Amino acid sequence: MLVAETETPRQSPSALPRSSQPLSHLRLLEAESIHILREVASEFERPVMLYSIGKDSSVMLRLAQKAFYPAPIPFPLLHIDTGFKFAEMLAFRDEMARQVGAKLLVWRNEPAIAAGTNPMVLDTKRCCALLKTQALLDALRHYNFDAAFGGARRDEEKSRAKERIYSFRDAAGQWDPKNQRPELWNLYNARIHSGESIRVFPLSNWTEMDVWQYIHEEKIPVVDLYFAKERPMYVRGDALMPIEQSFVALPGERPQMVKCRLRSLGCSPCTGAMRSDADTIPAIIAELISFRSSERANRVIDHDQEGSMEIKKREGYF
Amino acid sequence: MAAATASSFSIDEFLERERQKDLLRFSTAGSVDDGKSTLIGRLLYDTQSVYEDQVRSIEGKGTTAPGQIDFALLTDGLRAEREQGITIDVAYRYFSTARRKFIIADTPGHEQYTRNMATGASTADAAVVLIDASKGVLIQSRRHAYIASLLRVRHILAAVNKMDLVGYDEGAFRAIKADFSAVLDQIAADTGTPAEVHFVPVSALAGDNVVHRSAAMPWYAGPTLLELLESLPSAQQTHTAPLRLADKDPSAGTPALHPTDKDPSAGTPALHPTDKDPSVGTPAFRFPVQRVLRPNHAFRGFAGQIASGSIRPGDSITVLPSGRHAKVKRIVTWDGDLDEASAPLSVTLVLDREIDISRGDLMVASDAQATVARSIKAALVWMDQRPLDLGRRYLLKHTSQTAPAFLAAIDYRTGLAALDHVPAQTLRMNDIGAVSLNLLRPIALDVYAENRSTGAFILIDPESNATAAAGMITAAFSDPGAAADDAADAWGRVTAGEREARWGHRGGVIEISGPLKLIDSIERSLFAVGAVTSRIEADDDAFLLHPSLLEIVSGIAARSGLLALVVRADEDVTLAARAEGVEITVGAADSIQAVAAVHQLLHRTGIFISSEKADL
Ligand SMILES: Nc1nc2c(ncn2[C@@H]2O[C@H](COP(=O)(O)OP(=O)(O)OP(=O)(O)O)[C@@H](O)[C@H]2O)c(=O)[nH]1
Ligand SMILES: [Mg+2]
Repeated sequence: MLVAETETPRQSPSALPRSSQPLSHLRLLEAESIHILREVASEFERPVMLYSIGKDSSVMLRLAQKAFYPAPIPFPLLHIDTGFKFAEMLAFRDEMARQVGAKLLVWRNEPAIAAGTNPMVLDTKRCCALLKTQALLDALRHYNFDAAFGGARRDEEKSRAKERIYSFRDAAGQWDPKNQRPELWNLYNARIHSGESIRVFPLSNWTEMDVWQYIHEEKIPVVDLYFAKERPMYVRGDALMPIEQSFVALPGERPQMVKCRLRSLGCSPCTGAMRSDADTIPAIIAELISFRSSERANRVIDHDQEGSMEIKKREGYF
Repeated sequence: MAAATASSFSIDEFLERERQKDLLRFSTAGSVDDGKSTLIGRLLYDTQSVYEDQVRSIEGKGTTAPGQIDFALLTDGLRAEREQGITIDVAYRYFSTARRKFIIADTPGHEQYTRNMATGASTADAAVVLIDASKGVLIQSRRHAYIASLLRVRHILAAVNKMDLVGYDEGAFRAIKADFSAVLDQIAADTGTPAEVHFVPVSALAGDNVVHRSAAMPWYAGPTLLELLESLPSAQQTHTAPLRLADKDPSAGTPALHPTDKDPSAGTPALHPTDKDPSVGTPAFRFPVQRVLRPNHAFRGFAGQIASGSIRPGDSITVLPSGRHAKVKRIVTWDGDLDEASAPLSVTLVLDREIDISRGDLMVASDAQATVARSIKAALVWMDQRPLDLGRRYLLKHTSQTAPAFLAAIDYRTGLAALDHVPAQTLRMNDIGAVSLNLLRPIALDVYAENRSTGAFILIDPESNATAAAGMITAAFSDPGAAADDAADAWGRVTAGEREARWGHRGGVIEISGPLKLIDSIERSLFAVGAVTSRIEADDDAFLLHPSLLEIVSGIAARSGLLALVVRADEDVTLAARAEGVEITVGAADSIQAVAAVHQLLHRTGIFISSEKADL
């Protein structure tokens, strides 16, 4: 289901001040991101945009529409489906691709999914390696993509804070954080040998607050799971676990109705909900101001080992 | 529900205030262990910009005394960094105050990673240069200050750190201030970038004069580091306004930053945030074309980011290097047409007439043209393990284009200790010098001192693809003769290299079969990107009679450096193309895609040598 405060007609004048000086910080970030999107589309032979359905992907997709308007987005979207995405997310994904008129590719690591890979049996680290990293590398190789856009932001996590806008990956898709190419001004080095690729992060300089403000100003649709409402949840201490496929309840455990929402969307077994009353975007922004912990604090995957995000990225994760 | 979340707080007011905020980018600089990362961590912590889980994750770790948080761990995000206790690569951090948003680039001080410091400084409007009060100005402090000056980072905030180690002694601060001021003056004289510098005594570890005023240094009444950062001119002014000359007269009665905070140690001109230098006119319009947007026959627009100046419909522009003129008809964006747009907006321009424009061209205001040059002088910061090799071909990436370039001469290397100019045969990693370059085709540019976008370039090693150097153009010569004299004997046979240099591609044969109209479009598109082609109809009677003739004729063309198009028209629904043993087949229905595929084939087989893809 699409949730937007109003319908989003193309060319609706946005709330941000335009043409008058000085430019707001969101306009500056937007201009930088559009420049990056256009550079990549013009310098690589086969770019693709990773579309993960979350708020950052929604912003990135809107920026792509803006970058090439009135021409269509000149690259396909790719979703890596782990099989553990919330059902609402998949419906939203298909509807967005249809609205935008972009070609959507979906890739799943079918052998691993068929083998019953899940984070309860394996640990989260190995589950991610198979269902996300391996699937991503397979998809990139299968389609021979030489550049892939991702919606990651540097403010999300401290190893992401270290990454270039053009993140060079070797033929095995791996990141070498100690040997990154210098990246000066807005002159990006797009040269690669065959088999190598570049991950591109047009939202590098956006913060979580910027993203929500932009969604608000631009009336960008986002998945309903971001908004608070009464949902059946298993309550374990402070943690709220959504009922989705694969959830294993303890003996005697029953779901309760809790008013809650998700701050960041991942796979259902590894993404906890939080109690919240924020059911509009301004309310989400107000809540964000009051937060004392980071947005990925609800993601099990970043915490199971010191520096675990960096390790995953070295192995080829986004 | 918003009301329930925050009763006294109005979200609408908050959003309105956010809309007014501008953006300032700054980077750190200074020698290894001077406390850059600690300072940034402290700044974030004291402005409540770090989340509790992030603080918890670093408690009890790092190099500091028990019970004291090692703030450097907030930015040193790589495992190797935490293990070695040094910064290896730039960390980008974000925070905002009531007045503005900040993007911080915390850079490494270690000499080995100087290229990463340059990465962080290249997009910065201000640099916070740290000096360890217990060590004074080191060679690496000079190197970083020099690079920041070369990059024309406008404002230097010199933070004399670790004041706690020298007993918060005013004398120590003053000595370093005098010392570093002299160094900065010397650097400014060498680079031609006037320095606007402010000194602050701080302790990053204890938090003195970072966000909160220090009780330990009553002798310093000037602004804290954060107050300075909040009052510098904004990012956008840096984008749109040319770098202005600093007011070098310390006696001038410039108004102080904070009315009550007269720095008794001042000699530095005070800042005046809202000040606009009246002597500076509007900067000239510069618009590098990134991409041609042609969704249908009725629309042809040129997409790019305005590098400087502003534009309105009706304005006259000139396209360089071709020199053709046109008027701007529309400024198109997804949000509707604009009646004016200025740097650094990304827009799409539609012109009043059809002229040949492609990616890499520069649109400029007709009354303020840029230089078209094949021969330039530039300051270089060398960044590659492999030292500079005179006479070798590099790829020079400038705005949205890439041109092959030869390094004709090293004019000098800058000696950092004495800031002198030393003759040199090469530049090694982290060396700084001045060079002369010859480009294989002319590009439109400005000198870096006048324009930070159209005066900057990087050099790429075409073999390793490494980013080998950062370059800042200091002079440009439009004389085309200068480029020709390096390789060839003036009266000898014309070499393949010379043809390659002039035409931008190697000789080769490409066989194409498919619908006639599509073949014509391909030939036209190759012509448009400057390829020199020779069209050979394979079904010509002469070749039917003597089949071996076809190969002979196309071979002669290829050896003459031409791109031989051996074409066979048929009414197939696919287009087949073959070059250098690589064959592709694409659907003929989407002609744009088919044409693009042929260009890609020429790139992939190395017949096209530039890294640019023809824009379609
Ligand atoms: N006493 C004292 N120690 C400090 C201060 N600031 C930093 N340090 C210590 O100096 C050491 C180096 O600090 P860092 O912040 O890592 O230095 P850096 O400049 O970021 O180092 P690189 O990034 O590797 O160049 C650490 O042990 C800090 O705790 C200070 O104000 N006073
Ligand atoms: Mg550091």
